[in-house]
Amino acid sequence: MSDLLHYEDFHEGQVIDLGQYHVSADEIIDYAREFDPQDFHLNEEAGKSSVLGGLAASGWQVCAILVRMLTDAYVGKSAAMGSKGMDEVKWLKPVYAGETLTGHMTLLKKRVSSKRPEMGILSCRWELFNTQGEKKADMVGVSFMRVRQP
Amino acid sequence: MMGLYLDEVEVGLAIELGSYTFTRENIIAFAQKYDPQYFHLDDEAAKRGPFGKLTASGWHTAAGWMKNFVAANHRAEAALRAAGREPVPVGPSPGFTNLVWHKPVCPGDTITYWTRVTGKRELATRPEWGMVFSISEGFNQNGELVYSFDGKVLSPRRPA
Repeated sequence: MSDLLHYEDFHEGQVIDLGQYHVSADEIIDYAREFDPQDFHLNEEAGKSSVLGGLAASGWQVCAILVRMLTDAYVGKSAAMGSKGMDEVKWLKPVYAGETLTGHMTLLKKRVSSKRPEMGILSCRWELFNTQGEKKADMVGVSFMRVRQP
Repeated sequence: MMGLYLDEVEVGLAIELGSYTFTRENIIAFAQKYDPQYFHLDDEAAKRGPFGKLTASGWHTAAGWMKNFVAANHRAEAALRAAGREPVPVGPSPGFTNLVWHKPVCPGDTITYWTRVTGKRELATRPEWGMVFSISEGFNQNGELVYSFDGKVLSPRRPA
């Protein structure tokens, strides 16, 4: 398991590219049917006439998409130990059907848990943009990462 | 929210939104799509993971809250229509703070979600809207707090 990224492999100020994620109308509607069945997440016409201005993803789906992006980018190749929560999530602009998201993680701070020396705590900022560079979401939270040599 | 104008939303109002039952199948289906870490996907592998058992993605727990929040809004809106009044649509949310996954959620757990209004204010920049602040929580079948966050949502003001 030593080929996995561990706490020691991350450093403060590090920026990790999160790749790209295409958000289709079908995916927005599928998620909305199951978890957020409001008209502007279900229907193009209703989206256009709403304050969102188009068929847009549920904000909670944007969070889920971020997790998929960061799992593919680095968490899935790491000795990750889950997360306790998020300090702040800002949904800055709607994510519309047909947009492609890009993003990056910036490591703000790292420390080893005082109670659990085998567990590192990474304070991270994750930012999502569309391909035109418009910022869509800004999230700050914590993820836990196993320490290779406690 | 709940079909009401900002002016009508009472600070202190607490609403039981409803429940969501997590199953092995829906936990794995959500994780395959959005959070494919082994402790959300596979019972055997999860035994060696940070929780010692299969657990739901925290964003699945969050999605269960939204599902129940939307359902509760739809019920409140239907009740207003039945009383002969057109409900006010709930506005968008700019985000949230202090989201905490207090305990793991596992197959067989039923989470009951609540929201409680903690404050509201008018918006100087957008006179037709105000912001409602709330604390939302999820409790498992043993009454243990598993999930909470501080939410905010735009709500229309009653036209002058």
